[in-house]
Order: sequence, then structure tokens, then C-alpha cells
Amino acid sequence: MIGWLADLGLADRPQVGGKGGSLGELARAGIAVPPGFVVKTAAFERFLESAESEAPLRALVASVDPDSLADVTALSQQLRARIEAAPLPQDLAAAIERAYRKLNESHQAAVAVRSSATTEDAADASFAGLQDTYLWVQNLEQTLDKVRSCWGSLYSVASITYRRRHPFAERDVAMAVVVQTMVDARTAGVMFTRSPLTGDRSVMAIEGSWGLGSAVVGGEVTPDRWVVGKITGEISVREISDKQIRHVPLSEGGIQSVAVDESQRRIPCMSDAELEALRVIGRKVERHYGRPQDIEWAVDRHSGAILLLQSRPETVWSSREVAPVGRPVDDPSLHVLKIFGGFNR
Amino acid sequence: MDMPAKAKQFPLPSSLKVVPGTERAQAAYPYYTQFEAGDDQRFWFYNSMHFPEPMSAFDMVTAEAAYCALGSANTRVHCLPTTLGIDHRIINGRVYIGGNAVTDPTEIARRLEEFKQRAFYYYANWERLYDQWREKMLALIKSAQALPTPQLPDLEPLANVHAGRGIASNHTLLDTYQKTLEGYFRMWHHHFEFLLLGYGAYLTFFDFCKKAFPEITDQTIARMVAGIEAEIFRPDDELRRLARCAVELGIDPHFDKQLSATQLIETLRTEGEAGRAWLKELEISRHPWFNINVGDGFYHYHRAWNDDLSMPFASLPDYIARVKAGESLHRPVEKLLEERKQLIEDYRELLTTEEERAAYDQMITLAHRVFPYVEGHKFYCEHWYTNLFFNKIREFGALLAEHKFFGDAEDVFQLTHYELESAIIDLMTAWSNGSAPRGPGHWPKLVAERRAAIREWAKHETPPALGVVPDVIDDPAIVMLWGITRESLNTWLSTGADSDPNELKGFAACRGVVEGTARIVKSVDEISRLQKGDILVCQVTNPSWAPIFGKISAAVSDIGGSMSHAAIVAREYGLPAVVGTGNGTSRIKDGQRIRVDGGRGIVTILG
Repeated sequence: MIGWLADLGLADRPQVGGKGGSLGELARAGIAVPPGFVVKTAAFERFLESAESEAPLRALVASVDPDSLADVTALSQQLRARIEAAPLPQDLAAAIERAYRKLNESHQAAVAVRSSATTEDAADASFAGLQDTYLWVQNLEQTLDKVRSCWGSLYSVASITYRRRHPFAERDVAMAVVVQTMVDARTAGVMFTRSPLTGDRSVMAIEGSWGLGSAVVGGEVTPDRWVVGKITGEISVREISDKQIRHVPLSEGGIQSVAVDESQRRIPCMSDAELEALRVIGRKVERHYGRPQDIEWAVDRHSGAILLLQSRPETVWSSREVAPVGRPVDDPSLHVLKIFGGFNR
Repeated sequence: MDMPAKAKQFPLPSSLKVVPGTERAQAAYPYYTQFEAGDDQRFWFYNSMHFPEPMSAFDMVTAEAAYCALGSANTRVHCLPTTLGIDHRIINGRVYIGGNAVTDPTEIARRLEEFKQRAFYYYANWERLYDQWREKMLALIKSAQALPTPQLPDLEPLANVHAGRGIASNHTLLDTYQKTLEGYFRMWHHHFEFLLLGYGAYLTFFDFCKKAFPEITDQTIARMVAGIEAEIFRPDDELRRLARCAVELGIDPHFDKQLSATQLIETLRTEGEAGRAWLKELEISRHPWFNINVGDGFYHYHRAWNDDLSMPFASLPDYIARVKAGESLHRPVEKLLEERKQLIEDYRELLTTEEERAAYDQMITLAHRVFPYVEGHKFYCEHWYTNLFFNKIREFGALLAEHKFFGDAEDVFQLTHYELESAIIDLMTAWSNGSAPRGPGHWPKLVAERRAAIREWAKHETPPALGVVPDVIDDPAIVMLWGITRESLNTWLSTGADSDPNELKGFAACRGVVEGTARIVKSVDEISRLQKGDILVCQVTNPSWAPIFGKISAAVSDIGGSMSHAAIVAREYGLPAVVGTGNGTSRIKDGQRIRVDGGRGIVTILG
């Protein structure tokens, strides 16, 4: 019912969901990700089995009318309340507890509890954002609660509606949950391994700002922006912006937005050496997957290590049909007519 | 297209006045180089890339011979479909040039068919023709070296008389002068035999890369194409070799004594076997590799290392210190080749289809095929041959000065090549007749006037362009050789009202950000002012400046693109550089603190 990220890969997605599989795949490829484990779909099934022994659950979803918002909302509220209140079967609670203790063996760290649905992050039908993620979860008790909340989020109004409108069989829909050490980020951001502006595959666009990545992803701050040659490492664009706020973890759990110190606002949040390290990581991930990636990363405040929080296939440019830039010709000299032939006229 | 409400224009040629007091010096330039009324209808730009300083009357032969050869290659030899040659005009010592585009579609089509039969033959037989070219160039150099030193004996040597030569020594003067001039015009034909075709093949690959990788930097493409063992690196390599030799022979302490080049050579000559052994090595390096001049070879005063050893010798103490510190000073050729190969492969891998990869392979292969010529010809043409040419003219100057035509042999460069021939004929005639030549009463005043005019012209800025701005600039010759596009013209036209007055934009030549003291070096004489860590700000650099690249922390030039010598050498030294800023030497003040961002092509004046 539990799997460690370092032992997982994309092939395990049916058991660990999209996020779990993707993080495991990164870890296995030698990319640093925050350590963690996955509460597999088998655990969800075990929990659901226990819950359904009292009253049916999936059958209700399968029969709800997706066009009736009122019906879906009422069902969602009912199911989520049931899931969050239901006790965890004894063996399951014990397994999660063992994993949690092992993760926190060296030092007590806050964890992220993230939904990892089996349909999520598929390149063709993105479920991204439909399930919940809980950051800075402080202890075991909260962790167990949030695991149930993640399961419950599979029955959010949006999720149910989406699922009912797409050809997913309800019995095949399951939810794994990733429990991962939180990174107390000095700097965090996103990286595209191709240019979001031109689709150029020879550059990487990196955006980052002080503090946790949620400020960048949520658009609450204008991040610093760099364009780095994927192969050369040459930094061709440096846009250092005025970074007014940053997200920091709260001691009681959750995130707070605070003002950035005046002296830090207009200075780069990444050194050239860190950008270079990030480039190397991005290239490794891209090569591993064989296609451009959309990556979330963070620099650990304490260790200075760069960790990847997520990597997904880039979808915007990859789906475009692009005419070939050139074709081979019988006589290579013919190529020069592009310059000499007046064809640009 | 939206036009700005107050579109700025360049002045018309007719509105550009000769600087008062210099009219006679201006009139000395040939009639066919003077602006005329019809020229107002055309677009002209100041060729500050090749001729950044006012040109003396004689030096203008370079413009004439070069445009004559460039034009014939484009117009009549290879038949470039869309462009003919380049016209040139001279005002206030400045060379303005204008291209002749072909616009009639029928004519373009006709020329295209010719081009395929001519240029394609060159591409297909490049190596053989280039080998043949090198032979021709070396033969031409040899024949220039064989020309006698012009001199007039009191009486014809008896041997000549007994041999029945039947031609007197004064005729040899004319013969030598005409062969000297003929050789120079011929050299420029050789120069342009391959050049445009070479640039064109390079730009074809460049264009492909810019389309396939829209955000690729110019210097990355340049790195994929640039040669590793090109002749341009040889002179500097020879200096490094000499530094190693000095240490091996144990004569290195002599180089720390602040001796002049002449004193040092004298010391070594008298200092035993080791000193003489090093001087032997020096001779091996000098011929031919010190036939490199300290400019682009277009001005008579750009002297060769061989004529003034102070420039190459200045860098020896530093190189010797590095050898003693354990550096080999060998260029890691194998490693550089491997890096270039890897770079090409890595970009190839990013292409999405096999079809694109095949096209990429064809284009990079062609670019590599042509590039040895693009890089290598300069050593033979602009350096070696040009040095021989100007030195031969200098010998005529010495002879004429001996006969009181001039106060100084260098005055000869104030005469046009026609005038010089007339002065030589004057001297020949006087020698024949036993009478006094007329030159001594004629030339000194004109020479003084022309020298004064050049000093005056240098004080006046000249507009970057004149006349009517064309909507599109797609003349491949102008785009290739001068990097001029509609965009760059707009930059020239912008006043600076909408741009940061402390920021200069140019081509990103070599990445890296450096802050330091700007040292404006407008001519080679000023190179010694550079202190370690200074940022060199110059009009244009060339390979002979390479040794000082070890001393400076960054380089900024007015002129040049990503394949210019300044850019190539800067990359070799890993030195941040911005080239082609247009007016860096006039906007940046000597001693100012500046920041050079070589990756973005931006120079910021910090104050």
C-alpha cells in the first residue's frame, strides 16, 4: 500500500497516480527531488472498501447527472464529508505511520500531501489542478487527515463533473497520495526546456523569485527571468524584476505572503552557477523523457540544493504542426539561393 | 506600415559640405569619386568598417582596387542574381559606398541561371580551386618580393651596357611602379574570387539556424563554423612558441630588462649561442607570420610586426612569465575541435525531423568547406601582400625624398596613385635629360596642405549614411559584408530620445559581464596606454591585436559582426566583447567606468 519515490517510475502510474509516477521517475533518473512516499491506490481501494461496506459510494457518482450542478454539488458535499470523517482501517493507518516515521527519521520536517490521481498529468487529458495539495503539514495526525482530504478531493464538484463528461469508468478512477518532505525554498520557480515565446528547443526559459514557488506559479509576483542556451549555457536574457513579495511557510502549517526586504527586491534571486546547475538538470530531465518539459524547482534554503518538485511534458508548442525549416536537396549548392537568389524579396 | 510622425532622414550628399579650407585636398581625389548631382537620388553609407579614419590620397587606392575587384566578381564573374557591384564616393577623406541592386525579375532570372553555372562550380570544386588560389597568391607575393628597390645610378652600370640591355634604369622605375600597382589590383581580384561565395554559404547556414532555433545567439553559430587552426591564430601562436623557446634556452631574464626591440636583439646577438639560437627561431616565425599589420591593412601607417617589432615584443614578457608559471601556452586544438564537433551534434539532435537534420548536415558541411577561405585569405591579402605593397611605395617615397620631392619619405602617401606616377615620370625625365626635376617645387606645398586637411577632417564627425533610405535592404553583399539592415539604419536614425543615453547596443560577441575603466584606442599608437584590466574601446580590431587581449578585461568595438576578428579572438580568449556598437569610441569617454555585457551585446556607461 506504500511505495517510496526512489523505487517508482512512470510504469507504476496505475498504482501511484501521475504525480507519484512522475516524481519517482525523476528520482530514479538521478534527479534530486524532495524525499517521500506514495500512499498507493491499493490503500484508497482498501479505504473505499471499508467505507462502502456501510453505504455505496462509486455507484452514486456513476449515476449522477453531470448537467445538474445542484445534484453534483450535493453529492460532492455528502461524499467528501463521509470520506474525511471515516476512520482509517487499522492496517492502513499503521502502514502510513511507519512510512511517515521513516521519512522523518533524521529530522522532523513538514510535509506536502499531494493528490496523485491515476488520470492526472496524462499528456492528453490534463487533470492538473483539479485535485488538492496540502503544504506544510506539520505532524502525523494532520498528515492522516490530509490523506483523506486528498481522497475526498477526487469527489470535488469539478472532478466529478469532468469525469462524468469524459469517458472514464468510475470503477477505474482511483487516487494515490504523495507525502513528501517540504522544501523551505530560498528561491523557487519554473523552467521550460524550450522557449515559451518561440518554441525554440535550443534554449530554456527560467523564471524564479524569492521564497516558495507558489508565489511564482500563482502569479503573485513578477519573477526574474532568464533565457539560457540549452547546450551552451549562455545566458542571453536576464530580466531582473522588482520582487515585492515572497511566500514563506507558517509554523502552524500553510503559507504566508510577506514583503521582500528592500535590499533583496531588485537583485537576482539565482546566481549564474545555480542557473547553470538548473540547466544541466533540465537537460537531463528532457533527455530522460525525450521531449521538452515544464518543470517546477526550488533551491533549499539550508542546503542550497536544487530540487525538482514536478516535471510535466510541455504541451503548447509540442502540439503545433510546424513546417520543416529546411529539406535536403540533390545539390547542396542550391541552399545558397536562399541568400543569393533574391527569394526574400 | 506605420511611419513615425517625424521620420528622420539622412542628409543628402549635396548637403554635405567639404570642410572649409580643405577644398583643394578634396579636389585631389579622382573625379569619378566626387559626389555629383544624381547621387542625391541614391542611398550611401559611410564605410567606417574598412576606412574608419580619413584616407590619404594614396591610400584611396585600396577602395578603388577593392571595389573594382568586388564588383567584377559579383557583376560579371559569378553573376550574383540580385546585386551588382558597389560604387564609392569620397568626401572629407571619408569613403561612402552604395550598392547596385538588380530589381528586374527577368534580369534576376537570367543572372540566376548564369550564377548556377559559375558559383555552383566553385562550390563543387572548392578545395581544388582554393589550393590553386593559394598557389596564385604565393606566386603573386613572390613576384612582388622580386621587384627591385627603385634607385637611380649616376651612370648606367657598365654591365648593363655590355649586356646590351638597351633599357636604362629610369625605365625600371616606371616598370616597377606599374607592376607594383598592377599587383595590388590583381591581389584584390584574388581576394574577391571566393569571398562573397564563402560568406553566402556561411550565411545560408546562419539563416537556417536562426529559423530552426529562433533564440540562438550569433556567437553560437559562429562557434559552430569558425576554424580552429585558421591562419589568424598563427602570429600569436608564434609569439607563444618564441616565449617557450626563450625559457628553454634560458635567455628569458633579458626580456625583463625593459629593452627596446632593437636593444634586445642586439643583446641576444652578442650574448652567445643561446641568444643566437633564439634569434634564429625569431627569423623562422617572422617569415611569414610577422607579415601581419596592426590594422586592417587599409592604411599605409598600419605597419607590420616585421617592420616594427615593438608590438609583438611587448607581449613576450607576459607570455614568458606564464611559461615559467607552468603554462604550456599551446592552443588546445584537439579539445577545441572536439568541442566544436559536440556543439554541432548537440544542436543537430534538437532538430525535430530527419529531413531537417539532413538539410542541416548539408549546410554545415558547405559552411565548413568555404570557411577556411573566409578566415584565411586576410593573412595573405590584407596583411602579407598589403605590407609588401605599401613598403614598395615607401621605397619610392624614399627615392623621391632623396631627390627633394618631399621632406619625408612618408609624404608619398599624400599623392594619388596617378600623381605618384607623374612624379616618378618627372624624376625619370629629369634623370634622362640631366636637368632638375620639377617635383621639389611642386609637391611639398600640396603635401603640407593635404596633411593639414586630414587632421581637420578627423575632427569632424561624418554622417553614417546619406541620401534616400530604401524600404528594404536585401543586397546580399551589403548585408553580408557590412551587416547593414533596415533595422540597423533605424538605429542610426534614432536620436536617443527614446533610448537610454548611457546604453549602447551592438552584437553580442562573447559572453560575460565585466565592469572596468574604458580606454579609447583610436589608433595603434595608443595601444601602450592600456593598463591591465582596462576595457578596450576601439573602432575595429584585427588579429594582430591578439596579444593585448591577454591584458584587457573586455573589448568594445564600433565596427564588426559576430564573425569579425575582434569577436573571434575575444571568444578564443574568453573575453566579454560587444562589437559593432556604431559609435562606442565617440560616446564613451576615456577613463569612464563602463559595464560590458558580452552575452547581450550591451555596453552601459556607469559614469
